[in-house]
Amino acid sequence: MREERAMRRKSGISGYRRDTGSQPPYLYLDYESTRLRAPDRPLVILPHTLSEVTGPVYGRDRVGPLDNDLTRQHAGEPLGERIIVTGRVLDGDGRPVRDSLIEVWQANAAGRYTHHADRHPAPLDPNFSGAGRCLTDGEGRYRFVTVKPGAYPWKNHDNAWRPAHIHFSLFGPAFATRLVTQMYFPGDPLFDQDPIFQSVSDPKARERMISRFDLGVTEPEWALGYNFDIVLRGRDATPMENHK
Amino acid sequence: MTPEPTPSQTIGPFFHDALLAEDRTRLVDLDHPSAIRVSGTVYDGAGEPVPDAMLEIWQANISGRYAHPEDAREDLPLEDGFTGFGRCGTDADGRFEFITVRPGSVPGPGGEPQAPHMNVSVFARGLLRRLATRIYFPDEEETNAADPVLLSIEDSGFRATLVARAEGGGYAFDVRLQGEKQTAFFDV
Repeated sequence: MREERAMRRKSGISGYRRDTGSQPPYLYLDYESTRLRAPDRPLVILPHTLSEVTGPVYGRDRVGPLDNDLTRQHAGEPLGERIIVTGRVLDGDGRPVRDSLIEVWQANAAGRYTHHADRHPAPLDPNFSGAGRCLTDGEGRYRFVTVKPGAYPWKNHDNAWRPAHIHFSLFGPAFATRLVTQMYFPGDPLFDQDPIFQSVSDPKARERMISRFDLGVTEPEWALGYNFDIVLRGRDATPMENHK
Repeated sequence: MTPEPTPSQTIGPFFHDALLAEDRTRLVDLDHPSAIRVSGTVYDGAGEPVPDAMLEIWQANISGRYAHPEDAREDLPLEDGFTGFGRCGTDADGRFEFITVRPGSVPGPGGEPQAPHMNVSVFARGLLRRLATRIYFPDEEETNAADPVLLSIEDSGFRATLVARAEGGGYAFDVRLQGEKQTAFFDV
């Protein structure tokens, strides 16, 4: 680590802090699909250069005004419990991550994805595709309107069911801050048997993937509100040479 | 109190409609005078192709400049329409393909030049976090030999997994997630 700091002083680049403890391992035996896909050699520590502290400025010009409303992408309204999901994207120092693309995807209220490979015998909804995107605003805030996704079975283990979740994909400001995660709903009875959720060993870190029901976000006579803040990696202080 | 990071979770098998609706595999047009094809296959630990992975690339332009506000080297030109970002899902045979240009050199950790490289993220069902790797070019022997990141890998066979092969007028780069010939992945 000292070597890394010395190199950083030379290059004048401040890197992103390495996350200790929040992240799941690559190999998690209870999650069957990791067994042939997790690397078995240790990761090579990569010093942060321009390649890592820059990142795609992607999608800004491509987000339409209704892309964040998954209930208005078809002729009719989807079935299910209408919800609002909102929150802020922050960096590890609590600062808002502005103008950053968020992409989401999810199953419909019956627990079925529109995806051709989803074989779950639950109905498709002709009024729901389950994909959306938006940009964070000047305070890092985002907002989606959708329906609450259903739980669905998968073949990981006997009688395996995924807790209801919405997939989130975020870029943040740099290659180093790329994050794909899943947002869960409070009090889901399926958490205990779900190896994807449980792969995060720290219970406090797991809680950070669970949205919070929020009566303040809930709109009367219309939709329940959930709050979900997302925290990307923080950055090291500016290299010392700037303070000479 | 500083907030703690949100954990990563797998992309799962059903991301295609949301993430791959637009074709982002061509960073330049095929008839661009410097267009190159970079393609390959993703394999799992049993040597089977992975048909449900997604690769993203992030790279500098021909001059070695990233289209990003933090790359403020204004002596190097930006190019209209070149974002440096690409995304491709693997097909039923585990294959992916990008059309792009070879990036120029960018400064390394001590300010010395790095050999031309593309930064790669690999996502798939079964990957609880993305895997990060780099694609280097085979006809850059001298610059590769002096590249600080390549040099930081002592095992020459492991290091060589980061260098693409010249093949059919383009470059081939396979991603092996696990096993004896595993690709080198980075703790970014």
